[in-house]
Amino acid sequence: MAFLEVEFVSKSFSESGGKSLCVFKDVRLHMEKGEFVAMVGHSGCGKSTLLNIIAGLEQPSDGAVILDGKEIAGPGLDRMVVFQNFSLLPWSSVYENIRLAVRAAYPQWDRDKIHDYVQRYIDMVGLTGAEHKKPAALSGGMRQRVGLARAFAVQPKVLLLDEPFAQIDALTRGSIQEELLRMWMATRNTVFMVTHDVEEAIFLSDKIALMTSGPEARLAEITKVNFPRPRVHEQLAELPEYNRIRKNIMQFLKNCAQEMSVDGRPKGGDAVVVGQELSAET
Amino acid sequence: MKGERKKAFGSSILLLTLFLSLWQLTTKPAVQGKSQGLPGPAAVAARAWEMVSDPFYDRGPNDKGIGIQLTYSLGRLLLGYSAAAVVAIFLGVLLGLSPALYRALNPYIQILKPISPLAWMPLFLYTIKDSGWSAVMVIFMSSLWPILANTAFGVAGIKRDYLNVSALLQLSWLRRLWKVVLPAAAPAIVAGLRISIGSAWVAIVAAEMLIGGTGIGYFVWNEWNNLQLTSVIFAILMTGLVGVVLDMGFGSLAKVVTYRE
Repeated sequence: MAFLEVEFVSKSFSESGGKSLCVFKDVRLHMEKGEFVAMVGHSGCGKSTLLNIIAGLEQPSDGAVILDGKEIAGPGLDRMVVFQNFSLLPWSSVYENIRLAVRAAYPQWDRDKIHDYVQRYIDMVGLTGAEHKKPAALSGGMRQRVGLARAFAVQPKVLLLDEPFAQIDALTRGSIQEELLRMWMATRNTVFMVTHDVEEAIFLSDKIALMTSGPEARLAEITKVNFPRPRVHEQLAELPEYNRIRKNIMQFLKNCAQEMSVDGRPKGGDAVVVGQELSAET
Repeated sequence: MKGERKKAFGSSILLLTLFLSLWQLTTKPAVQGKSQGLPGPAAVAARAWEMVSDPFYDRGPNDKGIGIQLTYSLGRLLLGYSAAAVVAIFLGVLLGLSPALYRALNPYIQILKPISPLAWMPLFLYTIKDSGWSAVMVIFMSSLWPILANTAFGVAGIKRDYLNVSALLQLSWLRRLWKVVLPAAAPAIVAGLRISIGSAWVAIVAAEMLIGGTGIGYFVWNEWNNLQLTSVIFAILMTGLVGVVLDMGFGSLAKVVTYRE
């Protein structure tokens, strides 16, 4: 049994006129403990919706998510999300934002212990000195460092990253990705990340799950990424294997887009080899 | 910007001077301390000086200093207004968090909102049997609706993201209220508080005219009965001044609770 099991999860939204729109169908994904899995797909394939379902913020229309043997029924402190738009509380300082999470996760701790712990995570993400700044006074990169610190500080079983670096400028993105990897290496959390940045997915993850385009998107393929860690951007980019994986994924995404434009209906589903690969794991 | 401010200030002073001189020129000077028709600004200023220099004298029920009258009015305001604020913010949070409850109660709120707070006066006098407390209840009714409507609106409009964070962190109801809901809705709540302190101050003058006895509203009416128009005009200016101070207080509170996203 895998640590996190997404079992035949589907999501439909009801539209006006009583019709319902199926975003994705029968997604089956298994993650081992400590694994870093990225999901890549065009916008509209429902990857963020799937992440919200794992987080417990949305309900699946069909199927179930099982974490550590228990079915997920709602949000909980065993799963923390790092949001694309940071979702920091704008009226609270950096320190207060993290402290709120720490107090929630460790209600039995006393004041001093909480303070030391919060400060340790602020130092870890390099925000020492900015403790009492409000999020609005910080750059996008710094805000997401707060988001990462808040999520890691809770020490969840699963860390959910929802396009966390999409709103961060390209120059900062590389260094914050490396920082994320460093924190992850130290904690070895199980991470599920949603992104449409192929290079980011390859750089960070152990496995990449590829979604076809929505509506009725399917999980089409899982690519393994076996580069040794710690990884450095410059070294990775020179490996022929890196470029092969990158080219394959790019080609896949391009094909999805073309199939969409040809008949307006998504392909995938039938031509999928996922079943085999998953059963080999379980 | 600075030049523009100077210009505006100069124009304000100019308008005031024009208005005061016109007022002075069109009114007849007092004869033997008795004003002829509407009193001029000089007579009002003299009376104002008299009242302000001894604000807390008490010479029986019909003759008290302006300080005492304002204290009564502000005391009633404070009581009725703070009670209304507590009730309205509490109800507003409940309504804002529960769309079903909001829809259920909204028709009643819509009907009760436009009722003049003074229209309740007879009912309060009949049930409470105390004119002072009835005036407090009128203030309560006048402050309730703007705070309630603004709080419900502000809470209902809280960004999904903030509620998601509090859901992920499994915050208790109280912590969620204190750390997320109230700070998020604070700008809207304070806007409601600011609107209703104004309407409450307007209502207290009218209520005190009705109940008599004490307060700035009663003072205005009493001086009218004494045909002391200088005092009436002075009291009118005082209510305006107090209103401005109250509004400025909430103006600075609004600055404190506003946040940048």
